[in-house]
Amino acid sequence: MPDTASLPTVEDAVALALTRDEYALIVEKLGRQPNQVELAMFSLLWSEHCAYKHSKKLLRTLPTEGARVFMGPGENAGAVDIGGGWAIAFKVESHNHPSAVEPFQGAATGVGGILRDIFAIGARPIAVLDALRFGEPTSERSRYLLDRAVAGIGHYGNSIGVPNIGGEVYFEAPYETNCLVNAMALGIARQDDIVRSAATGVGNVLVLFGATTGRDGIGGASVLASTELDSADESKRPSVQVGDPFEESKLLECSLELLEKDLLVALQDLGAAGLTSAAPEMASKAELGIDIDISKVPLREAGMEPFEIMVSESQERMLCVCTPDKLDAVLAVTEKWEVNGTAIGAVTDTGNVRVLDGDEVLGDMPVVALVDDCPIYDLAPEKPAHQIYPAPVATLTGNESVHDTLLALIASPNIASRKPLFEQYDCLVQSRTARRPNESDAAVLVMPEDADGAIAVSIDCNGRKVAADPYIGALTAVLECASNLACVGAEPLGTTNNLNFANPEKPHIAWQLTEAVRGIADGCSQLDAPIVGGNVSLYNEGTDGPIYPTPVIGMVGLLPDAAMAGQSGFADEGDYVGFAGWNEMPSLAASELAKLRGEPLPTELPPIDMIHQLKVLKAIREAVRRGELKSCHDVAEGGWLVATAEACLLGDVGCSLLEGSEDESSDEILFGEAVGGFVVSGSKEDLEKLGEKIPVDIFGTVGGESLKVGPYSWTLDELREAHGALAPLFP
Amino acid sequence: MKFGVVQFPGSCDERDTVLACEKVGEAQLLWHADPDLHASDAIVIPGGFSYGDYLRVGAIAQFSPVMESVIDFAADGGPVLGICNGFQVLCETGLLPGALLPNTGLRFICRQVQLEVVNAETQFTRAMTAGEQISIPAKHTTGRYYAPGIAEEQIVFRYATGENPNGSQDDIAGVVNEAGNVMGLMPHPEHAVDELTGGSTDGLKIFESMALALA
Repeated sequence: MPDTASLPTVEDAVALALTRDEYALIVEKLGRQPNQVELAMFSLLWSEHCAYKHSKKLLRTLPTEGARVFMGPGENAGAVDIGGGWAIAFKVESHNHPSAVEPFQGAATGVGGILRDIFAIGARPIAVLDALRFGEPTSERSRYLLDRAVAGIGHYGNSIGVPNIGGEVYFEAPYETNCLVNAMALGIARQDDIVRSAATGVGNVLVLFGATTGRDGIGGASVLASTELDSADESKRPSVQVGDPFEESKLLECSLELLEKDLLVALQDLGAAGLTSAAPEMASKAELGIDIDISKVPLREAGMEPFEIMVSESQERMLCVCTPDKLDAVLAVTEKWEVNGTAIGAVTDTGNVRVLDGDEVLGDMPVVALVDDCPIYDLAPEKPAHQIYPAPVATLTGNESVHDTLLALIASPNIASRKPLFEQYDCLVQSRTARRPNESDAAVLVMPEDADGAIAVSIDCNGRKVAADPYIGALTAVLECASNLACVGAEPLGTTNNLNFANPEKPHIAWQLTEAVRGIADGCSQLDAPIVGGNVSLYNEGTDGPIYPTPVIGMVGLLPDAAMAGQSGFADEGDYVGFAGWNEMPSLAASELAKLRGEPLPTELPPIDMIHQLKVLKAIREAVRRGELKSCHDVAEGGWLVATAEACLLGDVGCSLLEGSEDESSDEILFGEAVGGFVVSGSKEDLEKLGEKIPVDIFGTVGGESLKVGPYSWTLDELREAHGALAPLFP
Repeated sequence: MKFGVVQFPGSCDERDTVLACEKVGEAQLLWHADPDLHASDAIVIPGGFSYGDYLRVGAIAQFSPVMESVIDFAADGGPVLGICNGFQVLCETGLLPGALLPNTGLRFICRQVQLEVVNAETQFTRAMTAGEQISIPAKHTTGRYYAPGIAEEQIVFRYATGENPNGSQDDIAGVVNEAGNVMGLMPHPEHAVDELTGGSTDGLKIFESMALALA
């Protein structure tokens, strides 16, 4: 080992984002000063990203157990039981900061990373969804980020043959300098085939396979690079990783073939912090040690420093463990797929991670110190006295007619048709997609015949509502997902979340985080949709201030029969139109209309009656399953009238409601928002039957070429033109 | 009747294609590095991004061991269908005329399109009638067909009026070689063989035609 004089100092540790106290604790745990390799590894494993040091205590409050949970949080992805011995693995992850720097590669590698999490547990990836947040499209920067992020997501998913079946995008000023790119993936596996990441069995071999290791993604550690190499240029190394979907495609097939042939003890993907994170975590789960010989790692470029090899975030790499007698068979499979399979180390009984360069020991650290001893911090939440977000910029005066207001709403970036985005994604490959984007409120995937049915998926979060009231806003996001599932007849099985927040060391952000997690916990508990995995992305603050708190919720549900899955758009002329669900007046607080009118965000939202919500979800779900609703679309941004206009556009048919009435309605009724409301259509008898269980107003019929509501009327053509407002962004 | 579906590293739709073929016959995957066609009666080259398509779409795949055998198989009159990337590969090998260029919009497009059957006399279309319209999905970035002077009888499918998603010359969606035993088309018939997941079952008619031709 190098002598003490050349060891990095506490100042180097601070430059790597460790605190002085954390550095002192590392020295205490090691019984000596860490060297360069060790400090680099500690700085990453003790980062917020790897150690969840500001969120771990909160995350423990989330419900994680339930009858359908097959594998809860802690592995690369969680999984739910769908019957017949099948499991669905799923998880959402963020790639926010890389996407803000280089949106195409940032978004592409976000998809690549979440797919690896899925096949790392032995599941074949079957779908991707994405949740995106940008500043207003009036900003050139936001348009650029949107265009390139969508292209990057499409590039990776399309090239690897995993369908993108749904997603959501919001445009709000607080995301202008800190966009969000979250990607969710799902996979399917036989329950018996799911593999874990614990590196068990002393003497077993570590095999690295996939892409070669280069200097990409060396972020914080580049500070060390510049001190070591004494060159100013080195600190400017690109810290955004570059994705290669072809390499990932081979890696995926190779991983699944290795598992199919029963050659592996454990499998783990290399994500953030590369080998530094993967190897100790595998050792930690087995309560054993690991030796890694960096001289064996296939490199992309010459002259890489040992710590660079250990912290490299080069994409498309996996680490597996096999027994020595199976090594040749493992290498034969990696040879077939041309993915550089190389034995780089072994499982030991030392309880330490040793980094070797041939015979030379470069680092020797207790696994427990690296993985478990990072200090966990308490948050100091404090509700701010005033709303911390500025009022949105007004685009409406409030004096517009109802006619013009609806057109402005359906043309607003948060409501306009997403077709120009999702048409850039392959939603069909793998032949499971029973409901494509725009066909229904949730995507529906056909499952094997011996499973209990088909699955439905939804992803959602309205950050403005969370900013207005973190508890109600987060609960709303959970219920919105459940509503989308109900529209296709699906009951929630499990949930994943990505907590995108600003700096949690600030009391008001800590309060947002605490309240939002409480909302998610309450919602998921009541719905019996436990959290099976997720991710936390903190410090999302630009120069203009914090992002809207954005706890993105992804929910997976089960429906007995994909053929019975509901559709969003009106179906046939003559069907009756009803409005189902609400037992109270909706609110304009933090609504889309309030935003367009530039109204300041409130500091609280109306309470949610969960007992009523559960009753509504059940009634809607059961009616859809029985085929009693010809269409079902839940009310979200823009309120009831927007949802009705969307049902017309998606069904390509008009409707005539409140015929003969000349009464003018209030903005609250027309454009107010609340969860648990649905625009439904069907026979009069079936809608009346639904009305026996939950509030249903039947007030018109499907038909014609326009949307008519009492004294108001819009032609389908004018609605369609307004709704196509995003198309010019993708010429 | 046994279909051989070629699998390159980077293929995406090979399993979907096997499922579609199995609705009318047997099907097996053919690994790119293996020149043996394993007694296949017809070959399908599926969609995807063969070898990553980092050079020019389909450009590398033409040199694979399996393609050398497919070229011989086609020269002997064996039926070969190339879908999307498979069409691109067949143009690169010279089994089909013309080339596929980036879409006029320069973006990936995934949507259901209406096709018109132009030539129902081929071994790939005999279960259809000329003038019939079929609905199948298209999904690609590089699908703008360009083949100046191609003979009218080689045009098998056209995008219906207003449906051309990529700027293809004369709305051409699918063509055959002069001998009529090799067809390429950009839209994906293998994704329209099941009402629930395909939006229609119109694509099945192409596989049924191939089975009929060999029966």
